[in-house]
Amino acid sequence: MKPLISLRGVQKYYGDYHALRGIDLDIMPGEFFSLLGPSGCGKTTLLRTIAGFEDVTSGTLTIDGKNMKGVAANLRPTNMVFQSYAIFPHLSVAQNVGFGLRTDPRSKQDKAKAVAEALEMVGLGGYGVRAAHALSGGQRQRVALARALILKPKVLLLDEPLSALDKKMREQMQVELIRLQRNVGITFILVTHDQEEALVMSDRIAVMFEGSIGQLADPETLYRRPNSRKVASFIGKMNFLPGRIAAMGETLTVEVAGLGQSEVAAEQAPGGTAVGDTLIGIRPETLAILFPGETTDRRTVEGVVDEVVYYGDMTYYDVKVPGIDVPLNLSMKNLIGRPVLDVGAPTKVIWDERSLVVLAH
Amino acid sequence: MAGGSFMSTGGRRSLLLLLPPFVYAILLMAVPIGAVIAISFTGPDGFSLANYGAVFSEPINVRGVVRGSLETGDLSWTPGLLPRSVYVSVAVTVATVLLAFPVAYFISFHVSPSRKSLWLFLITIPFWTSYLIRIFLWKVILGFSGVINSALIGIGLIDEPLTFLLYNANAVIITLSHAYAPFAILPIFVALEKIDRSLIEAAQDLGENRFTTFLRVTLPLSVPGIVAAVLIVFIPTIGDYVTPELVGGSGGLLIANRIQSLFLQVNDPGLGAALSVVTMAAVALVSLIFVFTCRRWLRSRS
Amino acid sequence: MTRGWGLRIYALIYLVFLFAPIILLPLFAFNSGKIIAFPLQGFSTTWFEELWTRTTLHQAVQNSLIIAVSVATLSTVLGICAARAGALDDYPFKGSMIGLVMLPLVLPEIILAVALLVIISKVLGISPSLWTIIMAHVLICTPYATAILNGAFQNLDKSFEEAAMDLGESRWGAFRLVTLPLVMPGIISAFLIAFIISLDEFIIAFFLSGNVTTMPVYIWGLRRQSDDLPIIMALGTILVTLSIALLIIAEFFRRRGMRRAGIKDTGGLL
Repeated sequence: MKPLISLRGVQKYYGDYHALRGIDLDIMPGEFFSLLGPSGCGKTTLLRTIAGFEDVTSGTLTIDGKNMKGVAANLRPTNMVFQSYAIFPHLSVAQNVGFGLRTDPRSKQDKAKAVAEALEMVGLGGYGVRAAHALSGGQRQRVALARALILKPKVLLLDEPLSALDKKMREQMQVELIRLQRNVGITFILVTHDQEEALVMSDRIAVMFEGSIGQLADPETLYRRPNSRKVASFIGKMNFLPGRIAAMGETLTVEVAGLGQSEVAAEQAPGGTAVGDTLIGIRPETLAILFPGETTDRRTVEGVVDEVVYYGDMTYYDVKVPGIDVPLNLSMKNLIGRPVLDVGAPTKVIWDERSLVVLAH
Repeated sequence: MAGGSFMSTGGRRSLLLLLPPFVYAILLMAVPIGAVIAISFTGPDGFSLANYGAVFSEPINVRGVVRGSLETGDLSWTPGLLPRSVYVSVAVTVATVLLAFPVAYFISFHVSPSRKSLWLFLITIPFWTSYLIRIFLWKVILGFSGVINSALIGIGLIDEPLTFLLYNANAVIITLSHAYAPFAILPIFVALEKIDRSLIEAAQDLGENRFTTFLRVTLPLSVPGIVAAVLIVFIPTIGDYVTPELVGGSGGLLIANRIQSLFLQVNDPGLGAALSVVTMAAVALVSLIFVFTCRRWLRSRS
Repeated sequence: MTRGWGLRIYALIYLVFLFAPIILLPLFAFNSGKIIAFPLQGFSTTWFEELWTRTTLHQAVQNSLIIAVSVATLSTVLGICAARAGALDDYPFKGSMIGLVMLPLVLPEIILAVALLVIISKVLGISPSLWTIIMAHVLICTPYATAILNGAFQNLDKSFEEAAMDLGESRWGAFRLVTLPLVMPGIISAFLIAFIISLDEFIIAFFLSGNVTTMPVYIWGLRRQSDDLPIIMALGTILVTLSIALLIIAEFFRRRGMRRAGIKDTGGLL
């Protein structure tokens, strides 16, 4: 399958400020793609470059095989949902949605029908006559979606569309956006700083830092096999332990502070390998407390409970283990009958070699 | 590729858009004022400081006239037009700003938001009526057989008309204060509106009463507005010659009248230009002193 | 509000003093007596009829109107440029350039009048005319127009024009269909304000008028004739009524425009 959008060596300078440092990226038709990263990483700049609001300083950007150099925003097959939604306050909802149809050759009735259908699609059927400035945040976002999708773009660009909504609304809209994308079937490119959002909605995610792509992968790979400490700490929580690659063969021989030696598969080192000191990552949910009375034939290590944080459905424990400077953070589901340990209680932590990630420094 | 000062494509476009008004201001303001400055330094044989010499040597401009002597003990100094103008402008500014502040405070703090624009609208209406007409009105109000006198005589409060009302510096001060009132209210209002109301609540929570809260929180935070109001009233009033000519009489003439006559009647543009430059310098000096004093006062409190 | 009643009384008295002189205008314009003093003599419209006969006044009014309309149009256009350029993006010297455009607001008019007279008659040798007055008035009205339009443009979300372009409009189409309607209340206000300022302006018009008389210059010419004071009252009544009517219209349009666009009211000209 040919990529719909291709970026090769894209650089963007604002005066002396290097905003995009050599982006190489292929986005496939029909995928839900996310640009994820902290503020200032360049994700919005990249989105606006695809949309045509920023010029590329060097490198190429092609959409559907055509080079976009010199092509203005209003002539590109992309449409954007802005962070502020940019709903025109002096027009009605229907006039907003039908705004881009001004030069469309269809008759007035056909256009009105299209507007009504677009509003139905986003769940705002019958809202056409309302004044646009009187809508709530969630409603405005839907109008912005309808307004963009009615033009049947090849790509829908979304600039932090959910950041202005409260938590409940956000979760609801996440589900709706996924549903919408599957119904319409076009490529969505989403910019967000919220890693949960990206994980939930995307087919693939590009994690960006300081103008470059750190890692590009599907959500599960990004979560389980981050290729660097930066990516690992940006997505989810992770324990970082100093370690050493002692030998490399069919498997890697790895020594981890406090945990001892183990053999790991090559795929558990997504950032690359070399013999020598390295950093090992372990996700909290891959560790477990061996409660009193339980047994296991997995490897364990002894420690003392340092802190307990009760979250309702989960309890997070910090366990101090000899040989490791920072306590291990792990999470346990609060199943029926499972006790909550006290601070200071001695305990055993179960761990699995398969959950180790060797991180490039 | 990289380097140079940062300017986005939108910035470049905005810069181009700003050019028409900017170039217009250069051509019609900066260049002419430059010409005035040039003329002030021009004598019959080219560059000369004669005009400035005349500014400071002619008694009418700055020096004024000193009568009497130390021995007889009745020394009196009639100042020249420039000091008198500065005095009048300062008086107008002080009167206007002092009287305006409570009104601005009232509208900002004691009027419901939906009514605020109505009050502001009412206050600015007199400003939009003809300036000249208003001055004529004050002439007839303050005149010997004018409105105030005829009203007071009619009621029986006085038998003879008051003479001190018109054709002197006081009349000028009253008229200008009335004319520039809205100029003073608006900047103070804007500054007061910007004050975060929770700051005032916090001060009261920490033990201040209404009056000390005003002194320690509201007033210092409104200083930018007060400074703006002072400058907006002070600077233009120096240049007013209409009011002095209509209500000032001979005792109320100001520096602008002299400048006007030098250009249009006496036809001595060199002296007029020099006098204009000196006047502007005086205005700038007084303004800077005021602004710096305010800054120092604010800084000394923090 | 029971609190602040003292301030309220003060503010009301202040308002009365602000309006008091203006109230005198219709009072004495319709007064049959020739002297502007109490007690009133009786109702009469002779002064207004007298206005009608003075042809020089008609010429002056015509000149003033032509000038004012031209000035209002040009100032509003320049004001749109300056406000739009000031509202978005940054570029070098932005602050000082806009500062220069706004400078006429704080310069004494006589300095400007003198400077322009010097340039026009002594340096360029042009004789003053309608156009010199128009050019000068545009200089002092543009800052007012810019200030009003600044408020209107601040209310605009930068994304509006981008959204319109994203949906297929050209840059001009985006401006015409989205920005302009949203800024229209400000444009109307700016136009009317510039119009009124130009109509009233005396000092510069006097310096640069030459043979051309504007209305304020005409009024100034009457100042030595105390007989003509009632005429001035009548003229003043008309001017004040006109100004207030225009202001009310401007305010009405401003509020209606804001209501249609759902923008909060932050107090007009500010």
